[in-house]
Amino acid sequence: MTTGKTQTSAAAGSLFDRWREAYARAGEREAALETVSSAPVTALATPADVAGTDWERDVGLPGQFPYTRGPYASMYRGRLWTMRQFAGFGSAADTNARYKYLLEHGQDGLSVAFDLPTLMGYDADHPRAAGEVGRCGVAVSSLRDMETLFDGIALADITTSMTINSPAAIIWAMYLVTAQKQGARLDQLGGTTQNDILKEYIAQKEYIFPPAPSMRLVVDTIEFAARSVPRWHAVSVSGYHIREAGSTAVQELAFTLADGFAYVEAALARGLQVDEFAPRLSFFFNSHVDFFEEIAKFRAARRIWARRMRDRYGAKDPRSQQLRFHTQTAGCSLTAQQPLNNIVRTTWEALAGVLGGTQSLHTNSMDETLALPTELAVKVALRTQQLLAWESGVANTIDPLAGSWFVEDFTNRMEQEALTLFARIDELGGVVPALEQGWFQREIGKAAYRYQRELETGRQVIVGVNKFVEADEDDHKLEVLKIGIETEKAAIATLADLRRTRSAAKAQAALSRIRADAQASVNLMPAFMQGAEAYCTLGEMVDVLREVFGTWREPAVF
Amino acid sequence: MDEPIRVLIAKPGLDGHDRGAKVVAAALRDAGMEVIYGGLHQTPEAIAEMAVQEDVEVVGLSVLSGAHMHLFPRVVELLSAAGAGHVLVTGGGIIPADEMAELERRGTGRLFGPGATLRELVEYIRAEVGRRRAAARSN
Repeated sequence: MTTGKTQTSAAAGSLFDRWREAYARAGEREAALETVSSAPVTALATPADVAGTDWERDVGLPGQFPYTRGPYASMYRGRLWTMRQFAGFGSAADTNARYKYLLEHGQDGLSVAFDLPTLMGYDADHPRAAGEVGRCGVAVSSLRDMETLFDGIALADITTSMTINSPAAIIWAMYLVTAQKQGARLDQLGGTTQNDILKEYIAQKEYIFPPAPSMRLVVDTIEFAARSVPRWHAVSVSGYHIREAGSTAVQELAFTLADGFAYVEAALARGLQVDEFAPRLSFFFNSHVDFFEEIAKFRAARRIWARRMRDRYGAKDPRSQQLRFHTQTAGCSLTAQQPLNNIVRTTWEALAGVLGGTQSLHTNSMDETLALPTELAVKVALRTQQLLAWESGVANTIDPLAGSWFVEDFTNRMEQEALTLFARIDELGGVVPALEQGWFQREIGKAAYRYQRELETGRQVIVGVNKFVEADEDDHKLEVLKIGIETEKAAIATLADLRRTRSAAKAQAALSRIRADAQASVNLMPAFMQGAEAYCTLGEMVDVLREVFGTWREPAVF
Repeated sequence: MDEPIRVLIAKPGLDGHDRGAKVVAAALRDAGMEVIYGGLHQTPEAIAEMAVQEDVEVVGLSVLSGAHMHLFPRVVELLSAAGAGHVLVTGGGIIPADEMAELERRGTGRLFGPGATLRELVEYIRAEVGRRRAAARSN
């Protein structure tokens, strides 16, 4: 990208020159005409901007290489995106009731938010869990909680996405055993475990073990899914959290795809064939407020992935080359001030996801900068997707922005800038060495700080925060959801009962096997399933791994 | 000229959302304060101990996980118990207004929510530390 306030097209010729002169005479209004990532944008695109684009090679058709226009031939004319709202709070029983509510209102798939103790591998009765149980997700400390969470929901008939990373393999084992106890077979189960540990080190920071054993756990799940749970997406390579941590759109794109390639290389190093596992890798991106920048990002992501998978890793199965992704609208774009405005922001962010060709979508609720969402706020968020799908008409034409000089040029530039960042990561020795050096963390921190300063100077405008501010916001007051301390007390009581009533011998035997398998470099999934069945708790299983693998502390830099 | 204000910025509890903490740390540093970044996943005990060892006048806590009602008062109590009750405990996160008021009643300084500006924060810390220094001198 060129520098300077406004980028104009490189087109030559008298018509363009006349426009440029007229434009210069007219002048620009006082505003930073840049994206939310502080990138300059084209004032006016012309065919000259895409003169180097070969339409068949670079854009193509939906369902055809390089999949710029979408992974499937029929896209939303064949099947709408999956409307999947992320939810979880309080006890497993509370969340089970919310899931049934969402399913009754037309949601298609479930998406589980776990609380922080679960994400960090602590049981609800661990001292470090104090004050955190059930607060920003549901507490799942054992198979018993998992059984309650899905009580009355047939897991063979629904797909479930689980946002769990460091202890993903263990939580997944609990899910698989719950399904088996309902009478389902493993090959019937569909869903996704987020299980993207690299972005934890880079951005989300819910890590437990050092990178090497963490990568081994990820590859164990990839291998187990490929061989035994063929409809499961073992990893959802996630840019969402990288963006929420403050990255730019291009950083989100490049860092996420670099993580994806790192998992491919790790699985190849295990001895798996690329087409054996790559069809089940999926992605998860943010959709932020800058409408066209996001659409360009999604389209560029598909093209970069397809080309590298084919050309560098030798993927032959088209499904290994097709990047499929989930989108969530940007939580960090929402404001505590005038929160009803958040419904509108979320609407066009969702629209960018749809025009970018997403396979599933979560729309944030208007009250999420204040607390976990209320039932009403969640319903409006889900209705937003239903309105887009059924009333706006945007799902009726595939990739309608293709061929826009502006969008195609933006897509090309996003791709080029991502390739430049890949080269930088390679210079640092790859993704793991770069995160061990704190490189990603510093780059994201710098971008976040720059953005915050631009907000304060008014260079970036946020309505209700630094422009059109209301001193009195009474007409925007919302009810907020509060989680009481009873959840924590009840979870502790459930665990005490579990430890008393389960077979101590079976639990001990399972933990011993986990230790032996962890030391012996065999796939840990069967041992975790045995542990789940024996009602070993999450904390007990993670503690064994902490002893064998050690734990990770990042260099504290800002 | 007063000596620079020493601040400890820390993330108590299990929450890993460190964007706000790092942005605030950078802003306080650029405003001339001496900033110690305590890093992630700290216990209240470790934070209080670090605050005493580093002889800071301000502890800034960032909690986005909903565990603020547990974590903020705990740090205040531990600092008092360690004879460091003069330390200003401020911070921010996803904290409903009524709970912010309750935490302030329980001994924290002002707390900041989404949309607060860095300038407000810097001005508040300068004013509050100035007030506390003056009070200490007149005693």
